[in-house]
Formats: sequence, structure tokens, C-alpha cells
Amino acid sequence: MKLNKIILSFVSALVILFSTSVVSFAKVVGDKIILGAAISLTGKYSSNGVHTQNGYNMAVDRINSMGGVKVGGKTYKFDIIYYDDESNPKRAAQLAERLISQDGVEFMLGPYSSGLTKAIAPVTEKYGVPMVEANGASRSLFTKGYKYLFAVLAPANLYLDVAIDLAVEKNNGKGVTVAMAFEQDAFSQDVRLGVLDAIKRTGSKKVIDDKLPKELNDMAATLVKVKQMKPDVLVVSGHTKGALTAIRQISEMKVDVPMLAMTHCDAAKLSKQHGKNSQYALCASQWHKTLTYKDDFFKDGMTYDADFTKEFGYAPPYQAAESSAALLVFKDAFERANSFDQKKVRDALAATNMQTFYGNIKFAEGGQNVDKPMVLFQVMCDDAGKCENKVVAPTKWASAKLIHPIPSWSER
Amino acid sequence: MDFMVFQYPMISVQACLDGILLGILFALIAYGMALQWGVMNIINIAQGDLVILGGYIAYFMYLYGIHPAWGVIVAPVIMYFVGIVIYKLVINKVVDRDLFISILATFGISILFMQLMNFAFGADVVLANSDYGTTMLFNNNVVLPNSKIFSAFISILFAICLVIYMKKSKLGRAIRATAQNARAAKILGVDTEKVYAATFGINAALCGVAGALISITFTIHPYMGLPYTIRSFMIVIVAGLGNLPGVAMSGMGLGVFEEFADYILGTEFRIGSVFLLLVLILVYRRFKLSKKREYLK
Repeated sequence: MKLNKIILSFVSALVILFSTSVVSFAKVVGDKIILGAAISLTGKYSSNGVHTQNGYNMAVDRINSMGGVKVGGKTYKFDIIYYDDESNPKRAAQLAERLISQDGVEFMLGPYSSGLTKAIAPVTEKYGVPMVEANGASRSLFTKGYKYLFAVLAPANLYLDVAIDLAVEKNNGKGVTVAMAFEQDAFSQDVRLGVLDAIKRTGSKKVIDDKLPKELNDMAATLVKVKQMKPDVLVVSGHTKGALTAIRQISEMKVDVPMLAMTHCDAAKLSKQHGKNSQYALCASQWHKTLTYKDDFFKDGMTYDADFTKEFGYAPPYQAAESSAALLVFKDAFERANSFDQKKVRDALAATNMQTFYGNIKFAEGGQNVDKPMVLFQVMCDDAGKCENKVVAPTKWASAKLIHPIPSWSER
Repeated sequence: MDFMVFQYPMISVQACLDGILLGILFALIAYGMALQWGVMNIINIAQGDLVILGGYIAYFMYLYGIHPAWGVIVAPVIMYFVGIVIYKLVINKVVDRDLFISILATFGISILFMQLMNFAFGADVVLANSDYGTTMLFNNNVVLPNSKIFSAFISILFAICLVIYMKKSKLGRAIRATAQNARAAKILGVDTEKVYAATFGINAALCGVAGALISITFTIHPYMGLPYTIRSFMIVIVAGLGNLPGVAMSGMGLGVFEEFADYILGTEFRIGSVFLLLVLILVYRRFKLSKKREYLK
């Protein structure tokens, strides 16, 4: 009995010692603000996971080297604890728990993709941990009444409605016919809802509404229907594989459509994989290097593009740019809150109203950024077959004029 | 429900042709599965992953400036040896065990392959461009990408070669003998160990060909293997083992069925309708079987 008691008290002493040491390791150690992030470094999202991590790291280095974060008259530096969530929502939620309750992290950065953000948000919400995320655009994230979730990017339903507006504008303000092909996942279905809203708003008509399977690699059936119905606009959203499959089969089947709008062309490296076949495709993007937004850390899009390319050896996709912006938002909020109290930081985040190289950032009640419109770029190729993405909408940032309607395949 | 496919007869023609071309490609993968299932009594869950690996071989040739069509020659050679290695490391330890063990083992191989491919080639969706152009039929109302026609042609060619090889060569006869009765074949001097290794190698080689064709026709991605495993499983279930014409017919039938389901029910029910068909066929078979049993009584 006595021995049992001794063991018991020894174990509880250890537990207490361990838990206090963990707590003391929390959030701010010395001059470091420690942020936590679960990122997909392996698994199916690993490419974009790495872009996200590179974006975070780039901003951490930049902010630290330019004076860090000033709170209560003291200067702090950012540091991030990363875990690999293996592109698995369950794992991501576990890691969020671990970051918060074991590592004592009090501020989080988001993972990659809407699905994983959805898995983590209930955890950060439960512990009252402010999370600034840069890669979860699904509308459903912003309708759950989360108080501690802030997204620097525009929500998914805004991705392609610009394209419908553009088509209507080109049709002298009259409604157009729209063919839609969307993958059955949270993100693409949100994009679809946005397009449906735009169709209703502009008095347009949907003629095809196909839902593509997750293992999508053949959309010939949809394209045959498009050939038959001859819609004014074809909108496709199915992540990278959707964009690649669409361009391949549209060019092989010689489908003529006046306007083709898609998502994920950046990540699909459309023009690199398909060359001139991808010409004239319109792509929705959160960011483009030619946008004229400015900030003190990265200056502007062009400088960010050059610096990122120098450091990582490839041009930054928008997934990296928005991830960098998340750190700028955190820095700004810490300084305005002038405290590390989670509630105060949360309130400061909610009151954010700033410009970064990535765009203006101002959060609505639900946590989504309402101050940054999406841009549309069009793939344009020269005679030598060199292709470039040029911004065509909104007109304020357009660096090239929209080519509309797309020339038919027989004329190309 | 959408009956557009019947309102425009050309869409039916298109759906049939698309389905047949697709089905021939599926049949090639299924034939490999039927072969090793029949000979070794192993259901290979990693079938689709072998296909994708073959696709990556063609893709890398394309990256290095070689036309991906050469992949249909290079991929099977490399994949044959990959198959032999997998056999020596894992399959030979489960070949005489019950089906459940082999399913578990190949399931493990499947996961391992997915992760290794993801690690080595990245998670991006890729494809190899053949620039084969398009064939237009019926006054441009039916379009067939030449890459699909090429795929079907190569699949048929490989299937024919394999059938001849099985009939004429010594190893082919040994494989067929082992499939009929492994014990008897062993007694009569067939080295069944060698036969098993060769069978697994041939299956992997067929997957390699199919993979190269898929990278030319569709897209590949480390996690895209499972649908191919499921489809070939379906085809084999419907056709039965060791029945090549059956596999070909069932492959094409499945392709056409999928296309029509896509047009009529919608793309979202494409794969679902395949499963429904599987269930119906199994129920029908059971029904027929039970009748037979009564007759025997």
C-alpha cells in the first residue's frame, strides 16, 4: 500500500512538473512568438502544402529581419511549429489538439485546403485560439459562426461569378447561357453556388449542370453535351485534375465555346503542360503578381515574385502569396492589441483593415476577407508558343484586353 | 434524368464509341488481373497502382523529350521486373494462403506504392501529350481523339500477342497448366514457383502498357489507382476467370454502360452505377446457381 502511494505521488508530481513545463513553453518564449501549423507535407495536398509552408517561412524571415513584432515596448520574433497532417483531416484535427494542449501554442496558422481547415476550426474554436488561415475558401467555413477563424482570402463562391458578369457585359448586358461542370467536393460546390447566384442575378440560364466525380479524369460526356447545346460560357472547377482534363479534352474534341472559365490553372501549370492548347482559358485567381497592392515588407507583387523565386527557385503561386499575407495580418493584430491575450488579439484581428502586397484585408462577421476581389487572368500565347497569364478582369488591374469570343478550333 | 442522349442520335453513337474505346483499355488491365487471379488465386488490390506507375514511366519519357507512345514498349519491360521484385519480396509468401491474407498484403503494397510515388514524383496531376489530333466522323458530329483510338489499338495488339504466347510458348502452357491444377502441374515437372513469378511479372507488364496509354489519354496522379483496380475487379467478376473473350466483351460493355449512365443519370452517378451493376450481376448469378442446385438434387 505504502509503495503504491509513493508511486502514485511520484507519478502525479511528474505529471504536474511536466504540465507546468509545457505551459511555460507556450506562445511566447523569451523574445519569440510561437505559432502552430499543421501542414500537408505528404499526401495528396503535398505540393500546395509546401507552397503554403514556403509562404509562411518567407514572411517569418522577412518580418523578423525587418524588426519583428513590437508588443508592450518589447520586440518579438515569429517562430512556427510545423506538423505534417498527411493531407488527412482527422490527423489535422489531432495535430491541432496537440499543438494547443501539449505544445501550448496559443495562436495558429491555417493548413492547406478547405477540407483540412474545416477539420481544425472546431478545435481552435473550442480552445479560443485565434487562427489566421490562408487556404480554406469554402463558404461553409464562414457560416458556422466561428469567432476565432480569420481567412485572408476571398470565399469560394466569389471565384467564378466574375466570369459570368464578364460574359454578360460582353453580351451587351443580356443574360447568357451557361454550362457548368463541378467536382463533388466542398470547394467546387461552393464555387458552383456562386455561379448559380450570378446566373440568377444577371438573368442568365444554365443549360448543363454536371457534377464530376472525385476520381475525375474523363469529362468527354460533358463536352459532347457542350458541343450540342452551344452555351455562351463553360465553367469548370475540379482542382488541378479538372483544369488539366478540361483543356486536354476540349482541344482533342475541338469543342468551340466563346468563353471558358476555370479554377486552379495556376497550380495546374496549364500553359506548361498544354502549351498553346490552353490559350484563351480564363482562370480565377486569388492573386497575381501584377496587382498594384503595396506593403512595407514585401513592397508589391512584382518584388514578392522576384524575392520568392530567388529564395525557393520557382515563381510563387497564389497559395504562397496568401500564406505570407497571413503572417502580416498576425503581426498587425499583435501590435494593435499590444498584448498576447487571446481575446484581445482576436478582437484586434476582427478589426483588421489593412493593405498587403496580396490585397486589402478586412474581415466580415464570419471571418472571410471581404475587401479583396478575385482576379481573372487569361492564358495568352505568342506565335512562338510562349504562354503567359495576363489579368483581364476586374478592369482596374487589367494588363491586357480580354479576347472574346474564343476563336474556333478551325481558325486556330 | 436526362434523355438528351436519345434525342440526338449522334450522341448515342458518340457514347457507344467512347465506351468501347475506354472498355478495351479497361479490359487489358482486367485481363492481367484475371490471369494472376486464376493462376495464383490472388486478388491484387495494387493493380491500379501498378497502372499508375506505368503511366509515370511514359510521363518521364515525355519530360525528357521522347514521345510518350514509346512508353508502351519501355513501361512493360520495366514493370515486368518491378512485378518480379514484388513477387519475390511479398507475393510468394502469401500465394498459398487464403484470399484474405493476399488481399491484405496487396492492399499494403497499394498504400506503399501510392506514398512512394507521391514522395518520388510529387502530388501534382500530370499527363503526357501525344499530339495525335482528332478524328471527326459523321459530318463532325462525332469526335474521337486519336489518342483513344491508339490506346484501344495497342491494347488489342497486346491482348492478341498474349493469347498467342499463352497457347504456343512453353511458359504459356506451363501457366495454363498451373492455373488448371497447380499440384498436378508440379508433379508433372512444372516449376510452379517460376510460373507464379512470371505470371505476376506479366500482369505488371500489362499494367505498365495500360498506364502508358492512360498517361497519353487521360491524367495520372499517385492516388488515382483505386478506380482502375475496382473496374478491373468488376470486369473479371462479370466475365469469370480464364475467359479472354469474356473479359474483352465485359470490358467494352462496362465502358458503354458507364458512358450511357453518365449521359442519362448524370456524371455523379457514373461510378455508382457500375457498383449497382455489379450487385445486380452477382444477385443474378446466385439466382441462376441456386436453380442449378435444385436441378442437381
